[in-house]
Amino acid sequence: MNIENKLLKQSSLEKLILKLKEEGKQVFAPVKKNDIVDFSEIASLQEMTEDYIVTVQSAKAVAFPKVETLFDFQISKSNVAITEKDTQSLPEVVLLGARPCDAAAFEALNAIFTWDNLNDHFFVQKLKKTTIIGFSCSKADDKCFCTSVNGNPGSTRGSDILLTKIDNGNYLAEIITEKGQDLAAKYADLFEAAPEVDKNKYLADVPVQFELKAILDNISGAFDHPLWVKQSLRCISCGACAYVCPTCACFDIQDINNGSEGHRKRSWDSCGFGLFTIHTSGHNPREVQSQRWRQRVMHKFAYMPERQQVVGCVGCGRCSRSCPADMNLKEHLINLAKEVAK
Amino acid sequence: MADFEPKIVAFVCNWCTYAGADLTGTSRIKYAPNVRIIRFPCTGRIDFMLVMKSFANGADGIIVSGCHPNDCHYTSGNFHARRRWMAFNELAGFVGIDVNRIRFSWVSAAEGAKWAEVVNTFTEEVRNLGPYNNYIDLAKVEHKDAII
Amino acid sequence: MDSVKKKAKELLENQSVNLIIGYGEGSDKSVRTIFISTADEVDQLIYDERCVQNLAFYLMKHEVKHMGKLGIIAPLPVMRTILQIASECQIKEENVVVLGVNPKGELVECNGFKDIESYVAACDLDLPAKEKEIIAKLDAMTVQERWTFWTNELSRCIKCYACRAACPMCYCTRCQVECNNPQWITVEATPMGNLEWHFMRAMHLTGRCVNCGECGRACPLNIPVNLLTYKTVMTVKEQFDVVSGTLANMDSVLSSYKIDDKENFIR
Repeated sequence: MNIENKLLKQSSLEKLILKLKEEGKQVFAPVKKNDIVDFSEIASLQEMTEDYIVTVQSAKAVAFPKVETLFDFQISKSNVAITEKDTQSLPEVVLLGARPCDAAAFEALNAIFTWDNLNDHFFVQKLKKTTIIGFSCSKADDKCFCTSVNGNPGSTRGSDILLTKIDNGNYLAEIITEKGQDLAAKYADLFEAAPEVDKNKYLADVPVQFELKAILDNISGAFDHPLWVKQSLRCISCGACAYVCPTCACFDIQDINNGSEGHRKRSWDSCGFGLFTIHTSGHNPREVQSQRWRQRVMHKFAYMPERQQVVGCVGCGRCSRSCPADMNLKEHLINLAKEVAK
Repeated sequence: MADFEPKIVAFVCNWCTYAGADLTGTSRIKYAPNVRIIRFPCTGRIDFMLVMKSFANGADGIIVSGCHPNDCHYTSGNFHARRRWMAFNELAGFVGIDVNRIRFSWVSAAEGAKWAEVVNTFTEEVRNLGPYNNYIDLAKVEHKDAII
Repeated sequence: MDSVKKKAKELLENQSVNLIIGYGEGSDKSVRTIFISTADEVDQLIYDERCVQNLAFYLMKHEVKHMGKLGIIAPLPVMRTILQIASECQIKEENVVVLGVNPKGELVECNGFKDIESYVAACDLDLPAKEKEIIAKLDAMTVQERWTFWTNELSRCIKCYACRAACPMCYCTRCQVECNNPQWITVEATPMGNLEWHFMRAMHLTGRCVNCGECGRACPLNIPVNLLTYKTVMTVKEQFDVVSGTLANMDSVLSSYKIDDKENFIR
């Protein structure tokens, strides 16, 4: 599909949000609260902040919420009656202000949730109902490394519409997908003729930090490399990295009941937790942090490329920013690329 | 709140307060039927989570009662309980839990009248405080399924 | 820092320790924990006002413990943590060499736990002023205001357990959170579930917390969870006249008692 360029003025974007709200859609955008910028539901564009490189938490919760009810059940003497959750009548969601890395992450998540003919209809239906209006990056910090993992600050991958802020507070709007086209057509009066601009002029400079190919080609052979222990020595296995990561999809399932009725829920989990792989027998194949650190990196850079043909990292750097022990994934990957290529 | 009947849960030790409550009954002393008594071997066994879960499940008031210090059937159980409850009370008050809805007492096996007095006075106090809506309302808030 | 580096060099050169845990330069002007095993790495050690992470955590980390005899750079919070975990039999005096550091970055000689105890005894162990002020403000609020404050803050919690992971006193191999019989703490992040989790953690830390502040620092959402544990520190001092992390052999506050303990809340 060809990408169509349009001009979206600041005032038109304001009007667009109000129109979407009138239609009954839920609009999520980065909002600043308690010195933290995170996605929150907004009623108007004024509530959105532009003072962020990336939000603290990712936007994956629109399609993969941190807690999700899978079904309800009623236990009677003779059987268990299960009431499935209705995934057909979900609210329409607009995700505004997702960075190109956030938008690309949905591709990785989708690859996991539809892998091998499995169709996680909770995720798939929620993503279907979500329109992503991405925002290009005009600034980056030293924890960002999207360009090292096949991304860039103006990438259209994963967004339905990508907005790049140009002069006078207006936006270059790239209409990318069919969903984006439908939206732009519905409000055609707000989207004006394409401006004559060089998009790259307005994008951040994110130099490539390491050779991805060196990692992808060699990491599978590095299972027993001593660098895993060295790199993870300061990790405190807090699990925050997996929770803020836009491509991490591990979850725990539990049945919660009160007498004869209850529900089955799934919630976010982290492979960094000590008991993540504990067996009922008490044996734990990943007993120590270095094994769990190795698993985390290999999952993103070896197993996911092998099985789902997608790299499990978009270089957003959230893990490094949230890490209380300054693990710094970018630094580790630079080191990894060098070590495994030897 | 004329027709509000508070739900009071009482965590009591088997050797003193439970026996004391028995004595209240055999002495034919009336006390408020609002109380649900739960028997424990010792106050030292009572976990503070039980108190929190009771509030979350609809209790409006909680009584914790055991043997007088130096009279514990297990020698020191109530001493440990005393320290635990001191710490609990301070932290609960700090977090904004209404500690007026929790009553701690020492009631021995011979104090049938005292048990009735504890229950009756406390039930009236809780009746005046009203239902513990704050707590129940928070307990009812589910995670929001599809929202960030 | 020179006196510290000199001692560190000595220890590594004569192999009195196999590994020294200390502070080093991290990414973007932050500080990170470094693990040095040779004398020429000693120059990486730093100490300034940015060095607040509680290094004692690593004394109990499996891979670190198995690297042999450990040395550790120890400002006051680390010293207190070492004394507290020694009190709880998690560390032996002969397995760790403590390189004490005073606020100016000068070496405090510590030959064994007795020396650490003397140094700690001479220090001001009060809570940091900023947190004390916030607690005082909260104490002055009404019950309803406090409830609103805490439920608002704790509703934001995503149950990532970074607070638990960062805390050196949370070393239970099977935390209550991982028990589902009974399931005291819900897996999912609900407002009540979050309140119960943080309340429980604070209760389990009563008499053990050394107010290092790691829990608050580790929280990715800046929830002031350390205020809860700090409150228990205040309670333990006021009501039981005990200060944690001051002796290497101290009775645990909640599993010991005095006959004349206060009971002013009992009618």
